[in-house]
Amino acid sequence: MYDYLLPEFIVERREDSCIRCRVCERQCANEVHLYDTELDRFFLSEKDCVGCQRCVALCPTGALYVHPRQADYRPNSSWTRDKMQNLKKQAATGGVILTGSGNDKPIRVYWDHLLLNASQVTNPSIDPLREPMELQTFLGRKPDTLKIEISAGKAKLASEMFPNVPVQIPLVFSAMSLGAISYPAFKSLAMAAKEAGVLFNTGEGGLPVEMRDEYADCAIVQCASGRFGVDLDYLNSARIIEIKIGQGAKPGIGGHLPGEKVSDYIAQTRMIPRGTDALSPAPQHDIYSIEDLSMLIYALKEATNYTKPVSVKIAAVHNVAAIASGIVRAGADIVAIDGIRGGTGAAPLATRDNVGIPLELALAAVDKRLRDEGIRNRCSVMAAGGIRSSADAIKAIALGADGVYIGTAALVAMGCTLCHKCYTGRCNWGICTQDPYLTKRLNPELTSQRLVNLLRSWSHEIQEMLGGLGVNAIESLRGNHEHLRGVGLEEWELNILGVKGAGE
Amino acid sequence: MNGFNVKFGFRDNFLDNLQPVDFLYHTRVSTNGCCASINALGLKHKELNDLLRETVLQGSTELVINNVFGQRYIGTRLFLPPEANKLHIEVNKFPGNDLGAFLNGHQIIVHGNAQDGVGNTMNSGEIIVHGRAGDVTAMSMRGGKIFIRDNVGYRTAIHMKEYREKVPVLVVGGTAQDFLGEYMAGGIVLLLGLNLQQGEPHRANYIGTGMHGGVIYLRGCLAEHQLGKEVGVLPPDDRDKANIDRYVREYCNHFGGNPDQILNERFQKLVPVSLRPYGQIYAY
Repeated sequence: MYDYLLPEFIVERREDSCIRCRVCERQCANEVHLYDTELDRFFLSEKDCVGCQRCVALCPTGALYVHPRQADYRPNSSWTRDKMQNLKKQAATGGVILTGSGNDKPIRVYWDHLLLNASQVTNPSIDPLREPMELQTFLGRKPDTLKIEISAGKAKLASEMFPNVPVQIPLVFSAMSLGAISYPAFKSLAMAAKEAGVLFNTGEGGLPVEMRDEYADCAIVQCASGRFGVDLDYLNSARIIEIKIGQGAKPGIGGHLPGEKVSDYIAQTRMIPRGTDALSPAPQHDIYSIEDLSMLIYALKEATNYTKPVSVKIAAVHNVAAIASGIVRAGADIVAIDGIRGGTGAAPLATRDNVGIPLELALAAVDKRLRDEGIRNRCSVMAAGGIRSSADAIKAIALGADGVYIGTAALVAMGCTLCHKCYTGRCNWGICTQDPYLTKRLNPELTSQRLVNLLRSWSHEIQEMLGGLGVNAIESLRGNHEHLRGVGLEEWELNILGVKGAGE
Repeated sequence: MNGFNVKFGFRDNFLDNLQPVDFLYHTRVSTNGCCASINALGLKHKELNDLLRETVLQGSTELVINNVFGQRYIGTRLFLPPEANKLHIEVNKFPGNDLGAFLNGHQIIVHGNAQDGVGNTMNSGEIIVHGRAGDVTAMSMRGGKIFIRDNVGYRTAIHMKEYREKVPVLVVGGTAQDFLGEYMAGGIVLLLGLNLQQGEPHRANYIGTGMHGGVIYLRGCLAEHQLGKEVGVLPPDDRDKANIDRYVREYCNHFGGNPDQILNERFQKLVPVSLRPYGQIYAY
């Protein structure tokens, strides 16, 4: 059926600069550029262009320019171009519109309305270049009280301690499974986490056996509704186990890794036959209540002999604070909250753009609720979903997070340009694809270095801002709303965030 | 209680006031060679599992656990090197939820009923229940065998899968409740319906909803509306008959009964219509 869709991008080639090297043709998995040797000219298939800018970035003479083609239809604030294109696509196919990456709608980004404090006169600021500045964070349950027994002049810790995992910087790579992302991308995350002393999250696609010796020590492994690749060796090799209940980009729905992406290698790590769909049901069918969640949390603790913290990851939704309280009471050591701007490899557009709430509000509400109930020490809180910079990360910590998950930011550091076509499996940057021709564009040695650089620069920036606040440890900032002020926010928003307006 | 905030006091049903394992080992376990007998009366699940682990570390390979009343996760924590050392565990009375969750190679025999989550994400080994089992039996099971003498609850064998040489097998002597084999991706389920009257249909509705792998063999009758959309019914072929024969005989070995009489009745084979039931619902 003819789909009546208009191209989304305009591709322009400056003929006087083009040297016919055909890099653009080789780099484009969508086959936008086609060179005709006889006529010595390029033909364009603009409607296939996704605007990933791979050809533009690699063109040696800067001859290419790809830009969005915005107002083909009569301008209309209600029936926008996106809405109309989607209607036409659905009319042609009868299918659910898919998308990738995170929510791009103009839902208020509260990070941009929160401002940090700095010391002036009454409290000295600290220079992190010359003075110690502690960013190390311990993830896991902390005891209610510290009991110390003194016998024969020696002090001994009498309180029961729970497994905790240190990270050198409170930044952890988000769950991105092998299968959703390519092996080189997955390995880059693992290598970077190891080098920087942080953690990476395997997602629910399993952890390849040959990576366990070297990288399991910095891995968070997931146990999700599909239970792919979950066995005792997998659970026991990891540092933290995460139960995935929901994902910010698609709260309340499961995942379908289509059979064509389940290659031999993916099949092996997920422990399923090659070529079958890897279906993750929407709920975990052994979890229909907080009591059931508790059952799985303790099953995982039993399976690992109580040596590893168990995390529970939920999407930020209505009543998230009450849910988080239940999760902590169910025995979780870490609660991860994924906001509406969290990314994904594939999600229905309607869900991604309309379901969930912003992380900032959810995080503040959860932190307040856990404090009010006197159980905040029983878990660490991880914030995920749309953390774009070190400033967002430090504001998240001030709002009450122990650590921050970074996913999209890490992908962008690897080359991603947020074209939102992750679900097609034709990522020209070699990140979100299983095509060997495309995946070899990523070299884990080099890409992991980019990620380490990212972490290093963020940690310097966080140290600078902490120094400016006059504190010398990230712990002193955690949940300290006094260091934040809001601008351009309504009263109810300030109340939920628990911050004063600027000037107060 | 946390001692500070009485209003929101936090009581941990699992971990508060646990007895030390050394004490339990000396008071609860009697050993005879490699056999150990354990009295589980009144123990919390962590205490019992601490005790099981300790008993195995002390060298026992045959465990008999008496007076089990609702303790969870029996067998889960026995992931111990060397892996070759497979244990034989007998459970008397009624184990709690998640019996043999993540089980890796051991054999568990239950003389009594089991609850929810038997063999949850089990990897290998064998669970034999002389009684009934609750909901989500054999959920996400990847290998090994489970035999249940009587009925099972809802969502049995949900998301059961197989991988290379690992093909999980679940044999149920009675009938099952709704959503049997939902999302099933591999493995073999055999539902014998031995406790149904002549002509009485099986109880489950939505059998095999979302099924995309594996096979369900069903003895007894069934109406069309009880099946999920993704399931087709076929008569068993020779290979199926060999499978059915083998597992019915194993069932009778465990629980008694006349295999030939059971095999005489008609069996139906339920298989997925497509390996990709949801491949067509998206617009790319």
